Amino acid sequence: MALAQADVLAGLKEIVEEVAGIPAASIEMGKNFTIDLEVDSLSMVEVVVAAEERFGVKIPDEAVTDLATVGDAVNFIVNAAK
Amino acid sequence: MPARRVVVTGLGATTPLGGEVATSWSALLAGTSGARLLSEDWAQTIPVHFAARVAVEPSEQMERVEMRRLDRSEQFAIIASREAWRDAGEPQLDKERLGVVIASGIGGVTTLLDQYGILREKGARLVSPHTVPMLMPNGPAANVGLELQAKAGVHTPVSACASGAEAIGYALEMIRSNRADCVVSGGVEAAIHPMPMSGFAAMKALSTRNDDPASASRPYDLSRDGFVLGEGGGILILEEYEHARARGAKIYCELAGQGLTSDGYHIAAPDPDGAGVQRAIKFALLDSGLTTADIVHLNAHATSTPVGDIAEANALRAALGIDADHVAVSATKSMTGHLLGGAGAIESVFIVKALQDRLAPPTINIENLDPAISIDVVGNKPRTLPAGDIAALNDSFGFGGHNVVLAFKSI
Repeated sequence: MALAQADVLAGLKEIVEEVAGIPAASIEMGKNFTIDLEVDSLSMVEVVVAAEERFGVKIPDEAVTDLATVGDAVNFIVNAAK
Repeated sequence: MPARRVVVTGLGATTPLGGEVATSWSALLAGTSGARLLSEDWAQTIPVHFAARVAVEPSEQMERVEMRRLDRSEQFAIIASREAWRDAGEPQLDKERLGVVIASGIGGVTTLLDQYGILREKGARLVSPHTVPMLMPNGPAANVGLELQAKAGVHTPVSACASGAEAIGYALEMIRSNRADCVVSGGVEAAIHPMPMSGFAAMKALSTRNDDPASASRPYDLSRDGFVLGEGGGILILEEYEHARARGAKIYCELAGQGLTSDGYHIAAPDPDGAGVQRAIKFALLDSGLTTADIVHLNAHATSTPVGDIAEANALRAALGIDADHVAVSATKSMTGHLLGGAGAIESVFIVKALQDRLAPPTINIENLDPAISIDVVGNKPRTLPAGDIAALNDSFGFGGHNVVLAFKSI
């Protein structure tokens, strides 16, 4: 099932806010999870698992290390759902 | 090097009587019971339907996002430590001279059981990555150490219901031995869950007064039938005396010494002769340079079990002799319930307040004093303590035969 980039971004914002307490308004495509949003490695695992549940995709552990920014994650999820 | 004296410069607590020290202490002096029927559905499915939950939920004292990666026991540690640190005036010191010793009897047992439930129902993928840091018994100490950036050492002694007192004693030695100038010390517990409660119930250790929870914890009363499980925690900021004086800190009292022994008798039952308790009291007095004549108040372990209360009372009479006649003994578990690894810590907080206000807190629910009790128990009203130099003891014992006695004195 194809997912729209905007919908994935909106969903991911909700997840990151829930897990890490970062206001959704400050979460943008270009933000780096670690440097800009201060999502630590344990919380990143939570974000990934929640995203898999929400969007019905698999995000393998090998892929997670490449998801530096919010945009990386959004694009990965959109592509994985195609 | 001259002997390094240790004083108390800050207090913090979250208990079944209040969300901080002031409210807990005033409710204690008023003789309030913290025991209540549990509202959870599971409570009706186990033999004991009540417990003493904290008066103020952590959700009212910390942010949601912070809470979700902390076990409830860790939340109590953070809440009480923040209060104690503020109360101590947020001491500025080299972090390599700051330690943390916070104990728990059981650790993050609710996290362990909740995550096991998720594993069984939803599979390994959904088990939280925060599980291990949340369930480890050193988690409360570690999280407080992290927040304060303590680098002299972070420790967690575990000795069941003596854990909180043992942590304070460990902190005393850290300062005496010059490893630290300031140590955040105490104990916490968060074990109100059907599994540990069923375990205690199976041992016949818990009161089953389901029809009247507020009267269930009744140390020294003839009809006592077991303890009431409580939760929460207490924190003391311990500081080297000259260090505290140099920064102009408010000094509550001195932690003068401790006595530690073990029974070598039974895994759960107290030695009826109380020989280990007597030796612990003797060692605490020796260590603190006090005599039985100096002691005016004692916060007893007294959990409200038929066997335990008598064994302790007999040991106190034997160890204190004729001087037991002028020791006002308070059993504050009659109001707070039994906080297990947090018990010795909140009771130490209460002793510090008792020395400060010169008031021994009451013991509630004694309708018929057990005639086998030969010590001077403070009844349902607080009792005034003498003026001048006074000292008080805190008894804490744990399954496994652990005995810890702490000695505090006015300064």
